[in-house]
Amino acid sequence: MTEEIIIAGFGGQGVLSMGKILAYSGAMQGKEVSWMPSYGPEMRGGTANVSVIISDERISSPIISQFDTAIILNQQSLDKFESAVKPGGLLIYDPNGITKAPTRKDINVYKIPATEKSAEMGMAKVFNMMVLGGFLKIKPVVTEQYIEEGLKHSLPERHHKLIPTNLNAVAKGKELIEGVNVL
Amino acid sequence: MAKELKLMKGNEAIAEAAIRSGCDGYFGYPITPQSEVMEHLMAEMPWEKTGMVVLQAESEVASINMVYGGAATGKKVMTSSSSPGMSLMQEGVTYLAGAELPCLVVNVMRGGPGLGTIQPSQADYFQTVKGGGHGDYQLYTLAPASVQEMYDFVFKAWDIAFKYRNPVMILSDGAIGQVMEKVYVGDYVPRWTDEEIAKNAPWAAFGKPASRDHNIITSLELDSARQEQNNHRFQAKYREMEKNDTLYEEIMCDDAEYVFVAYGSCARIAHKAVQLAREKGIKAGLLRPITLFPFPTAPIKALAQRVKGMLSVEMSAGQMVQDVKLASEFKCPVEYFGRYGGIIPTPQEVVEALENKLIKG
Repeated sequence: MTEEIIIAGFGGQGVLSMGKILAYSGAMQGKEVSWMPSYGPEMRGGTANVSVIISDERISSPIISQFDTAIILNQQSLDKFESAVKPGGLLIYDPNGITKAPTRKDINVYKIPATEKSAEMGMAKVFNMMVLGGFLKIKPVVTEQYIEEGLKHSLPERHHKLIPTNLNAVAKGKELIEGVNVL
Repeated sequence: MAKELKLMKGNEAIAEAAIRSGCDGYFGYPITPQSEVMEHLMAEMPWEKTGMVVLQAESEVASINMVYGGAATGKKVMTSSSSPGMSLMQEGVTYLAGAELPCLVVNVMRGGPGLGTIQPSQADYFQTVKGGGHGDYQLYTLAPASVQEMYDFVFKAWDIAFKYRNPVMILSDGAIGQVMEKVYVGDYVPRWTDEEIAKNAPWAAFGKPASRDHNIITSLELDSARQEQNNHRFQAKYREMEKNDTLYEEIMCDDAEYVFVAYGSCARIAHKAVQLAREKGIKAGLLRPITLFPFPTAPIKALAQRVKGMLSVEMSAGQMVQDVKLASEFKCPVEYFGRYGGIIPTPQEVVEALENKLIKG
């Protein structure tokens, strides 16, 4: 099993930390992982993305240009990465702020209204974990119990009290995700 | 040795390894994409754990000269920078080589020339292995291709640096510096005591007992006959490195008809390209130089005698390809493919280049 994932959105949405939690969870489960950020003169409000690979084998290139899964959190990222999903792959997007929905018919497309729902529930800060939950519903590349392990390792000690909130968001995300184009 | 699993950026792994390998001092000046080296050191506060000094100098020039000073006393000292900062350090680097001082220099390369870009590049290959500073000197140069190697090579660097009394370079790039991967870290190796320094670095200037002459650390020798002797000694040392400490890795070369030659992050990309090429029925392999000096000349020559062609894959405009051609002794066609200025080639592009330049060509 090798899962090559891109997570892309605005800086400040928790794109990099979502990737980090996913990578850490995979590592805790004994898988090979890599986390490659788009680093640069990026700032809150600019675009940010991270490639995460989770595999049972030695990972060749952490730098990839075609993905099994794209998790898309804004229009710019959808424009950039829709075409980079491998045929038969998966695209998950949050419809908030999306004016041109994905058009490809050769990939699985799901949407998750995490921005809207997390705000309604007063959980805006764990919006990213809701999206992660949605992804794990469709592709359980990491087992549930290791998400908690991943959170423990990637969050600073002083934030460990927020782990239940994060796990709650993951559970909500699993309920929220819905198919748009399912092959 | 107990091994602990961590997930770290390449830059953080360098810093963590420095602390755990008994490094005495780090002197540096921040520059993207390697700033996490000093950030991690400052966050870990090793001066409270191991006594290691971490100092942000006023410039790269100051950093490398602090390394010179520390190394002269037999301490394990290091600096790190990225391409423009490395250019500033070149005078210090050649002085270190000329004074035969062991130390570790880490270059996390970014795109140039000039101030260039902060994105990954491998365009400092020539600077590192063909000079950089003036004079006939060589840096033992390690090219890590994973975060684990970023960690492991710091330990390796001290062994080599003190074995040969020579600066060691870890030549990395922004991609390996920024990527986060699994790392197994080991126990803390204690810093050398004064007695151990006296034993392991008897040439160092750590205080003169009455029982011996002065230990003099200098790269200056105005008597040309003696300076030629010094150079003979340096060259003999470099030949020993070539003989004993050349490192490389072959991936799927046994039945390969075409071989990529790539180091660092490009080796990772080329490894993926090997997999993609084999899915298409092309018998591809990868030779990964782990040391760039000494360069794995012999295995490249051996491969050149039996493969149909080699492709040097680099994030530069074609630098290492010159050494691959020389090593191949032109027994097979050698071509180059690369992207530069901060652009990373994709595995697909590498396969296309192989097809266009060597298979169809």
